[in-house]
Amino acid sequence: MTMRRLFLVVLGCAAASVSAAEPIAEKTIDFNRDVQPILSNNCFFCHGPDANHREADLRLDVRDEAVGGEAIVPGKPEVSHLVNRIMSTDPDEQMPPPESNKHLTDREKQILKQWIAEGAEYQEHWSYVAPVKAEIPAGQNGVDVLIQQRHKSLGLEFSPQADRRVLIRRLYSDLLGLPPTPEEVQAFVDDQSPDAYAKLVERLLASPHYGERMAIGWLDVVRYADTIGYHSDTPRNVWPYRDWVIRSFNENKPFDRFTLEQIAGDLLPDADQETKVGSAFNRLLLSTEEGGAQAKDYESRMLTDRVRAIGTVWLGQTTGCAQCHDHKFDPISTRDFYALGAFFADIQEPILGRREDGMLVTTPEEQAKLAALDATLAETRGKFNAILPQLQAAQNQWEEDVVRAGTAIFEELAEGSQASAGDKKTAEQIFALVKKADKDRNSRERDQIQSYFRSKVCSQHKEEQAALAKAEQERKAYYDTLAKCLVSISSSNPRTVRILPRGNWMDESGEVMQPALPHYLPQPETDGRKLTRLDLAQWLVSRENPLTARTVMNRLWKQFFGIGLSKVLDDLGAQGEPPVNGPLLDWLACEFMDSGWDFKHMVRTIVMSQAYQQSSIASAELLAADPQNRECARQSAFRVDAELVRDNALAVSGLLVNRIGGPSVKPYQPEGYWENLNFPVRTYVADSGENQYRRGLYTWWQRSFLHPSMLAFDAPSREECAAERNRSNIPQQALVLLNDPTYVESARALATRILNEGPAATPERIQWVWNQVLQRNARPEEVQIVEQLLTQHAKTYQQAPESAAALLGVGGAPVDEQLDKAELATWTHVARVLLNLHETVTRS
Amino acid sequence: MTSVSPFMNSVNRRLFLRRTTQGVGIVALASLLNSGQLQSASQPGVLTTLPLTQRAKRVIWLTMAGGPSQLETFDHKPKLAELNGQPMPESFTAGQQLAQLQGQKLVCLGPQFPFTKAGDHQAEISTLFPHIASVAEDICIVRSMTTEAINHDPAHMFMNTGSQIAGRPSMGAWVTYGLGSEAEDLPGFVVLVSTGPGRSPQPIAARQWSSGLLPSRFQGVQLRSKGDPVLYLTNPAGISRDQQQVDVQAINSLNRLQDQLVHDPEIATRIAQYEMAFQMQSSVPDLMDVRGETASTLESYGCQPGDGSFASNCLLARRLAERGVRFIQLYHRDWDHHSLLREELPLRAKEVDQGCAALIRDLKQRGMFEETLIVWSGEFGRTPMMQGNKGPIGRDHHNKAMSMWLAGGGIRGGLVYGATDDLGYAAVENVCTVHDLHATMLHQLGIRHEAFSIKFQGLDVRLTGVENAQVIKGILS
Repeated sequence: MTMRRLFLVVLGCAAASVSAAEPIAEKTIDFNRDVQPILSNNCFFCHGPDANHREADLRLDVRDEAVGGEAIVPGKPEVSHLVNRIMSTDPDEQMPPPESNKHLTDREKQILKQWIAEGAEYQEHWSYVAPVKAEIPAGQNGVDVLIQQRHKSLGLEFSPQADRRVLIRRLYSDLLGLPPTPEEVQAFVDDQSPDAYAKLVERLLASPHYGERMAIGWLDVVRYADTIGYHSDTPRNVWPYRDWVIRSFNENKPFDRFTLEQIAGDLLPDADQETKVGSAFNRLLLSTEEGGAQAKDYESRMLTDRVRAIGTVWLGQTTGCAQCHDHKFDPISTRDFYALGAFFADIQEPILGRREDGMLVTTPEEQAKLAALDATLAETRGKFNAILPQLQAAQNQWEEDVVRAGTAIFEELAEGSQASAGDKKTAEQIFALVKKADKDRNSRERDQIQSYFRSKVCSQHKEEQAALAKAEQERKAYYDTLAKCLVSISSSNPRTVRILPRGNWMDESGEVMQPALPHYLPQPETDGRKLTRLDLAQWLVSRENPLTARTVMNRLWKQFFGIGLSKVLDDLGAQGEPPVNGPLLDWLACEFMDSGWDFKHMVRTIVMSQAYQQSSIASAELLAADPQNRECARQSAFRVDAELVRDNALAVSGLLVNRIGGPSVKPYQPEGYWENLNFPVRTYVADSGENQYRRGLYTWWQRSFLHPSMLAFDAPSREECAAERNRSNIPQQALVLLNDPTYVESARALATRILNEGPAATPERIQWVWNQVLQRNARPEEVQIVEQLLTQHAKTYQQAPESAAALLGVGGAPVDEQLDKAELATWTHVARVLLNLHETVTRS
Repeated sequence: MTSVSPFMNSVNRRLFLRRTTQGVGIVALASLLNSGQLQSASQPGVLTTLPLTQRAKRVIWLTMAGGPSQLETFDHKPKLAELNGQPMPESFTAGQQLAQLQGQKLVCLGPQFPFTKAGDHQAEISTLFPHIASVAEDICIVRSMTTEAINHDPAHMFMNTGSQIAGRPSMGAWVTYGLGSEAEDLPGFVVLVSTGPGRSPQPIAARQWSSGLLPSRFQGVQLRSKGDPVLYLTNPAGISRDQQQVDVQAINSLNRLQDQLVHDPEIATRIAQYEMAFQMQSSVPDLMDVRGETASTLESYGCQPGDGSFASNCLLARRLAERGVRFIQLYHRDWDHHSLLREELPLRAKEVDQGCAALIRDLKQRGMFEETLIVWSGEFGRTPMMQGNKGPIGRDHHNKAMSMWLAGGGIRGGLVYGATDDLGYAAVENVCTVHDLHATMLHQLGIRHEAFSIKFQGLDVRLTGVENAQVIKGILS
């Protein structure tokens, strides 16, 4: 068998579970790659780590136990029970049993037999072993060296470098999420210097939009959203955290520090406003304001939510199973689960009900202004307090008068009074209260009397009273405009965390757990003191932790190649996928740590590689052999993320307002989309002006009803941590791009640009707009299609000018009245068609 | 231009020639290689052969959101009437999970409305449902359903997805993923929501019809009675249907040219989706336009065209069923009667009663009843104890007993299944779980629930969870 043939066979098996027995004698068995997935998938459910669910007292995940029970006799498949059972056709004998719905293919049976014949060597699970850094010859890029090493054995080689226009478009999309202008494209195409590409990379890495681009994936995985999630799904203040993420990527904050600030930003020795905003991470979970919700229930939900988050974001471990039982495939136990949860027991928060406003997040200027207002308030209050005894004396006197004189003393109740019915009623109520002895009044009643007296009766000291009211009002008005953010605040009296038997929050019989790190991973020296969130964070990014760097680099790889090196981004455990190129993932992880967790360094390393710069056009042969592009013998083409679909349309049409950060914004949304929300009923009011044209990542993230055009393009609701997005291709995407006012308005704005900024003749105009949107010239067949399109629509709009006006009226951006309406409407169709093209929404 | 596509109909198989993540693609590819068994599906599912006889081709799920009281609907408890106003015996409630009554004094509240006996089997049904009583022979009442959650949001999630953790596919998504859809130009999973006039009903999140970890094309599409029936369905102002067609054709022509250069299979899918979207722009308004229905049909449902009522949605459900939609879910909101049980429950009952019965009769008339599985349920039941702390009396949330009914699709009509204790507090006979319900529904659709799973985070995720869910054999015909 040639190498090429072997490659096809191996890939074929991975992609389509081909069941025909393939001879595999030509290669030796690798436990982690070949055997472990079979055992985990088919055997561990009953013969794995979960002691409570173990059949026949047999476990196959530990060699001594498997061998001790003679399930496996190394070197002798013919006497190994395991082999006899998997080969059996007797339903009572057969393993896995028919009712388990698990089924071994002939190829899998062969692998197990051959593995036992070769001695049944186990290896520790790949991701629990510290990554080993391959030696890379000086001056070479580890990415290329390690991909080519695999290519060599598979008979593959790199595809040619992509065309420069494609390359700059790709790089802009991956690093900024925005398209390059035709001028930027031309400058790059014309730059003959050998470091033209490197200069471009450096320029983009230094752009403030780099942070916005990188933030998208991070905000998914930490489930950042503007609302609480459950039931009423009401708003909460967390947007400063989103800006903190953007800033962190822009400043290239080392990833270890980035981690520390999020999990323990309040506990750091140098904690300040910035690190505390980072600690909003701990508050991003779902919460409820539902009446009748039980605190214990939600305390448990919140604990499990946080443990799942740590598992997904940093460890690449699916911890969720261990909420109810020891994990069936990975060594994480129920104890590990609740011990991890105990790290967060100190976080102050209401378990049920409305979240607090959060910490003020201010600039020094805002801080100074607030301080000045506070000082004014204190001063006016001081003046007011000085007159307070006189005011009180006057009130006492008045109350005595009331008791003596009765209702006659109230103007509202006097004969012939013009007071309104409401005012009369108030006066009567106050009269009743005043008659009550002071000791029988509650504080609200005392306030009512005082407020009535000061506003309606007393004519003295009006000035001091008004000054105080004004100072209070000004202070509050300013305070309300300031940013606030939910953050972590540590309580000295943490909640008690118990193991909940079978996850049942009503069962309080479980053991009390202290914070502890998963037992199966390397442990830090702690001298037995009680661990804090800071310990957890430091452990996550310690050199000894084998998981974090791999997890993060695997996700990063997906951003640049469309699929992870291990394709299950949130599970590097037994049920995940061993990385297709283990040495490469390990090298990236080590390089990441060695560089001081330098994110930009890793991004640079990847995009500078030859692998990254390849063309994405595959030969039919390569496409068939490696449909998912696991081996990187080309680049991948894929539809860009929901936010970038929007950003691109706004950018090329000139509507984009690329200001960074601030409160979330509300793009146009179909009326009534929120009709199923309640407590309170909400009406969506789209932003007008600049905020209508902000980048997609600033869109108001309503978890239970995410903006429908974002949803159509697979943006996750962020109710759970999402390590990756689906990349679907559905009719709703066509409806959004065709009919959502955002895209209709963008098309009109782009058409306006064509007429105002482009050349005069039709064919040149088509070339001009093609370069704006696709960064290339239109081909003759394309020009022909567009010319036909123009003819058809021009005719329609000349006959029906009111239709042209209606189309131009979509969206709030002003219409250029200098332009001929029919012509503008006609060109709007050209722009619309362009914005709908597959190529437009694809990064290739 | 109405129903005939101006484009070549390339939707079918191409829909599945696409990149997918998380292993779904493997099954999809397998289905592509040997589709043929489920010939009728025009958007084929991953299950190419069904292990079981398919008794139901589709599902219509009538969800009474908020949690209707079993004690005023389908579970008559004379003993509770006797104890009306007495303390609830502690033997029932000690150490139990309650919602708003937690820590309150517990007092029995007898049934607030009389019951009548209906059908040959003399099933006791509340007098609030005269129309449903009139089809008692066709439905199977289950009085022993239980659930795990006790607040609305998690309970809906559990009822729809079999999990209380957000992010799992809803049942409609599972079923369309498995069986595909026969609808040419409509989504396979459609959701309709109605609200009675007046009060302030519990919210419902779109996650209740989400495809969760399945690809987005399996998500439920809400058909709205106001505005665009499907979001972004209507052309922008100033663009006629002909103009829309011109643009879509230009888009597809340009995409085809690009495909010739880059050979990206996603482009073929993109072209098919534009065809489908354009089709939907006429097929959905056609569907929603009930003016062609006879006066007697409209009268039997008791609805006016376009009124957005539950009855109207029942009629639309039949029209969707006729068009091959696989999974149709109706929500009627505002069954959360912590208070005003006596005042509000009859209104909700009246809003749904006639439509439910009309739907059953209509489907029977058209020979579709036997192949359509109808389910009527809330997300949980209500306490036999009175709740008086929210105004005029009501009942609190309850998960130990709830009543529901099923009909058609191989379900035995004229049956009452399971029972609660004397006070209607807990199911005690033939106790069923939500996972059992899901297993049963899948069973009727021809699917073995144990073998219907997808890989997610390394796990074989099932609609019916990891515990042993049981098909409720006793209710099958």
